[in-house]
Amino acid sequence: MAADAFLSSTLDGRRLIIAPAGEWIAQRAGEIEPLVDAVVRERPQVERVEIDARGLQRLDTVGAWLMERLRRSWADAGINTQIVSLEPRYQVLISEVAHSNLKEFEHHRPIPPMRDALEHVGKGVADSVDDFEAIVRFLGNVMVAAGRIIIHPSHFRFTSIVHHLDTVGYRAVPIIVLINFLIGAILAQQGIFHFSKFGAEPFVVDMVGILVLREVGVLIVSIMIAGRSGSAYTAELGSMKMQEEIDALRVMGFDPVEILILPKLTALVIALPLLTFIGSMSALVGGGIVCWLYGGFAPEVFIDRLREVITIDTFRVGMIKAPFMALVIGLVACVEGLRVEGSADSLGYHTTASVVKAIFLVIVLDGFFAMFFAGIDM
Amino acid sequence: MAEIENIISVRDLVVAFNGYDVLKGLSLDVKRGEILGFVGASGGGKSVLLRTIIGLLHKKHGSISVFGQNLDELDEDARQALERRWGVLFQQGALFSSLTVRENIQFPMREYLNLSKRLMDEIALAKLEMVGLTADVCKKMPSELSGGMIKRAALARSLALDPEIVFLDEPTSGLDPISAGEFDDLIMALSETLGLTVYMVTHDLDSLHTVCDRVAALADGRVIAQGPIEAMLAADHPWLKAYFHGKRARNVAAGRRSKH
Repeated sequence: MAADAFLSSTLDGRRLIIAPAGEWIAQRAGEIEPLVDAVVRERPQVERVEIDARGLQRLDTVGAWLMERLRRSWADAGINTQIVSLEPRYQVLISEVAHSNLKEFEHHRPIPPMRDALEHVGKGVADSVDDFEAIVRFLGNVMVAAGRIIIHPSHFRFTSIVHHLDTVGYRAVPIIVLINFLIGAILAQQGIFHFSKFGAEPFVVDMVGILVLREVGVLIVSIMIAGRSGSAYTAELGSMKMQEEIDALRVMGFDPVEILILPKLTALVIALPLLTFIGSMSALVGGGIVCWLYGGFAPEVFIDRLREVITIDTFRVGMIKAPFMALVIGLVACVEGLRVEGSADSLGYHTTASVVKAIFLVIVLDGFFAMFFAGIDM
Repeated sequence: MAEIENIISVRDLVVAFNGYDVLKGLSLDVKRGEILGFVGASGGGKSVLLRTIIGLLHKKHGSISVFGQNLDELDEDARQALERRWGVLFQQGALFSSLTVRENIQFPMREYLNLSKRLMDEIALAKLEMVGLTADVCKKMPSELSGGMIKRAALARSLALDPEIVFLDEPTSGLDPISAGEFDDLIMALSETLGLTVYMVTHDLDSLHTVCDRVAALADGRVIAQGPIEAMLAADHPWLKAYFHGKRARNVAAGRRSKH
């Protein structure tokens, strides 16, 4: 069907006759709409407009709306406009759409890009202050709940902690071992490759030992756990929040912090130092094997050298940091989880936010620790 | 287009889960333009039938024809064209939670039709107003809506492509009696305005009395009775008796008598 066939208009003295024809349905709207707009644009000066629907074969909501748009463009100017010869079965539809879109559609003005960018930065700063406050407040909640547990040890959820220890601790061992082994190996290889230019290969052992035990071990494990368990905590709490399970706990007189969060945090605080220890040992093994195969010094030499350069303090520095990292990861994960609202979108957003913020804070915290330990000569 | 009397026709349908037959040779016809209420015990397979007709579940055997076309014989394109002619209102609304209400309604239009932005905005608003919502709902996210508003917005989305059939899965469940009554009126008005055929799974005795032209009852995996509500009330199958003459049913009936 030719496009013109949908709409024709004839001027009869001071009367305009518009004749829609054919199928005025959604599938054809792409062709009909420009025709409607063209007729409206022309707008000859008339006293009466008749929309003659005789030729109409089919009409649906979209078609009816386009006819209404046609009618309205004259009717709004106070010109007598009528739809005539419309099949009775379409009458209801036409009168239905006549009630819609009465208010002028409000198009929101675009914000100038500069202001938009500034607004973003401002919001970001304000949000990070909010985040900090939320985490501190939440830490307070957790402390209160922990205090209650200490007073009533029977409320201590041992089973739950064991369960979480299994998921965040025991099951994470293989991946932690593997990844730290590789990191240790890479550090040693890079060290040997570059130190050999100065004939300083033996110092590779110093570097690997100190780096792994003080910094890399705990950092890699923390980052891994933030991605692995932090996200799981956020998603779990978030979907519980969405299903109103947390509200259900609260109305039954339970404290969600005590039941859900404390066991998670406790498990994390126990598991992370253990994983850090396992991870660091694995990294040392990785480093040792590379030193042996690539650098050519025997395992006994490697171990002897380690014994010389590594003090108990080096080891302690790494281990002391671990539970604090765990606390930060757990707090961020739980705070973000409880911020989830109704939608799946929100769950995704907060899970991502949880991991990103936890990793960021772990690194910031590591920086503070570095300053602290330097301050006390450790 | 030839008018087909039976817009949906299900024959000897068997649907099984884990080797257990939920529907055991069910047959059902839905006539063009009618509002059919489908009742049955919870867990009895009402939703299974609905989901099998709209193609979400596989059947073991039997045939389903919609618009006179056997669903098994259609190729992918024909099937998609046919699916555009029906709309489904899921029990929880199933609005896409990451889109605003307007975007939800426009979603099928955007995919299937070639409409200008302005026309889509106007049509979305027209649909919203048809289901009794106001323009300010447009920009809201589904999570900001109340239960009744979600159902209405979801109905608007199911009507986006001007379907000929709408499937409603417990449309009034979870609504207060006033909203449920309004929703019933809305369904009646829409079916009249748009010439819709409505297939409604429901437990709401009030809707069965007010909106449904015909009621079909499911028990033991079969349709045990169908006909106007009066016929249901007169039937003497024990399950139907319990359903339509139980305590709650009597209250509804008493309420109706005192109103008239």
